[in-house]
Amino acid sequence: MSARDDIFSNIRRSLGVTGKEAPRRAAVTQRLADTPRGPIPARGQGSPAARLATFITEATRVSASVVVLDTLQYVPQEVGRYLQEVQAPLTLKRGADARLADLDWQAAGLDVSSGASDGTDLNAISHAFGGVAETGSLVLLSGPDNPVTLTFLPDNHFVVLSGADLVSDLDSVLAKLRRQDALPRTVNIVTGPSRSADIEQTLLLGAHGPRRLHIMVVLG
Amino acid sequence: MTLHPTSPDFKDNAHRALHDPELQKALGHVQHGFIYKRQSAVERLPEFENLRDAARDLKDHVLKNLDLYLETYERNVAASGGHVHFARTSAEACETIVNICKSHGAKSVTKGKSMVSEEIGLNAAIEAAGMAAVETDLGEYIIQLRGETPSHIIAPAVHLTKEQVEGDFRRVHKHLDEARDLSEPVQLLTEARGVLRQKFLDADVGITGANFLVAETGSSIIVTNEGNGDLTQSLPRVHIVIASIEKIVPTLEDASLLLRVLARSATGQDMSVYTTLSTGPRRTDDPDGPEHYHVVLVDNGRSAMLGTEFEDMLRCIRCGACMNHCPVYHAIGGHAYGWVYPGPMGAVLTPSLIGVEKGGHLPNASTFCGRCESVCPVKIPLPKLMRHWREREFERHLTPAVQRYGLKVWAFFAKNPGLYSLATRTAMKTLAWLGREKGRFASLPLAKGWTDYRDLPAPQGDTFQAQWRKRQRETRR
Repeated sequence: MSARDDIFSNIRRSLGVTGKEAPRRAAVTQRLADTPRGPIPARGQGSPAARLATFITEATRVSASVVVLDTLQYVPQEVGRYLQEVQAPLTLKRGADARLADLDWQAAGLDVSSGASDGTDLNAISHAFGGVAETGSLVLLSGPDNPVTLTFLPDNHFVVLSGADLVSDLDSVLAKLRRQDALPRTVNIVTGPSRSADIEQTLLLGAHGPRRLHIMVVLG
Repeated sequence: MTLHPTSPDFKDNAHRALHDPELQKALGHVQHGFIYKRQSAVERLPEFENLRDAARDLKDHVLKNLDLYLETYERNVAASGGHVHFARTSAEACETIVNICKSHGAKSVTKGKSMVSEEIGLNAAIEAAGMAAVETDLGEYIIQLRGETPSHIIAPAVHLTKEQVEGDFRRVHKHLDEARDLSEPVQLLTEARGVLRQKFLDADVGITGANFLVAETGSSIIVTNEGNGDLTQSLPRVHIVIASIEKIVPTLEDASLLLRVLARSATGQDMSVYTTLSTGPRRTDDPDGPEHYHVVLVDNGRSAMLGTEFEDMLRCIRCGACMNHCPVYHAIGGHAYGWVYPGPMGAVLTPSLIGVEKGGHLPNASTFCGRCESVCPVKIPLPKLMRHWREREFERHLTPAVQRYGLKVWAFFAKNPGLYSLATRTAMKTLAWLGREKGRFASLPLAKGWTDYRDLPAPQGDTFQAQWRKRQRETRR
């Protein structure tokens, strides 16, 4: 018997089932179709303004920085300002996302290139699929618009989040994801910059991923 | 890296651990850090108790229908271009993974943190096949340099001080300046980041574990704080996921439910920094990501736990809260447990996976204080399960003769209340008389286990039962 068949027959013998019981199959099919939610924390709920306030509080708690911008056009300027503040070079890697590609980076004095990262980029920018107020998390989808290496290899990671894509809880963004045609290779839920507490329980930022995470919530 | 369990030598291991000053210093961090952080996170979320109940019910539902959800998962992995492999045993799992690595001509393999890979002894198998296996989680990297196993399921190097880590980095990172300062944790972290960055970029295969496998989408989910699991799976040509069969959840919402209790119970975070859903290999127009995606599902004794009193243990989501709150773990650390899984969850799981003959001591390493059960995010009745193992150990005559004899003597008296009362009263009176001058005993025959470490106070009055009866009579009046 193959390993697969052996394991299935062991499971069924232990459970005392055959796998052919119609009621069990129906219950499982139904549950997969209904996608019931567990208890949803009240924390992230409320008006869009309340959600935004909670998002900022929660993201800041986990050491991300957040600014709110009126329009997308202000993004290059904000990136330039931030990089000068942390004394980083004015370079930036981005994906093919048109919302970022169309911006006037040159005017902000930024040297911008596009594509995946080979590990030499110090700064990168992504556009989030969504934001979660409950935990201050960002949801990023891999693909040509947003290469996954940009989320993990640079030192400084910038993420643009459209205010309209900010939802109250994780389940809402997952439901939105399900309405997409197909899942991308990775869905990255990012809650603050990289960290480790593996040495004497001392929490330190910038373990393997970005040392800094700067979120720009765009309202317009 | 050793797979050979030293659990049969638990008593000696524990004794050594209690007398290891560096270990005792390092263990102080567990007691204070984890408990406070979890408590703060729980207090910030009024829904936490409801989430625990829902998480328990969800896992029970999955276990009762594990065969059907596994079928769904398998189908959906294939639909997204991935491959599922099944492995009955550790050896079969290692062989499958080594063969995948070989078929891609791999020389170097990076690894994200995975407890099941420790369970099956994967690193040794990869190295025996002539490939390099590099642990990339900071704690796992440190213990790999030391040739040790993890002492904690989420904080593998929690038994070490920063001075010990500095010593290891100086010993292994020979290419770096000898005069460099490594006295602070941040300098150690920066050095590891630099060394491992190159390993990530050079790897041919990346192996990660999975916190959850989503049947609905065929996705594997990992959570990390460092981002090492993501660099492990996104940079090489091949991504292999290794997971045990009970990691399945039906839907994305079910994963969300468990995520809400996982990080809070583990580190006191609301969410770990990186929660990543991976579904299949890179898409046609993706600029990065692996070209191949394999999942190796390991049974290794779990299917036999279903339908038994130990089925509850399969709800475990490996948060580590039970060991963080365990007075025995606080005193001896994880290595004394002698195999992969320490603390209360290890005391229940180890005898299930390697046999009660080898792991039977571990369920005895409990004061039955119940803190583990009270913090478990999926409400596993750990003390009850440890008691089941004690019963089985006794039934199979694995308990030492002196202990069995003692229990029989006790059972005889317990079944004869009159004799019990007479014997205890006589003993109390004798002890009270013997200790009438000092009020305590520094040594007593048959009680060395107690008096070696502290004095036994001499009895001051009557037995508890006698006092209780007297009290009852007085209140009735």
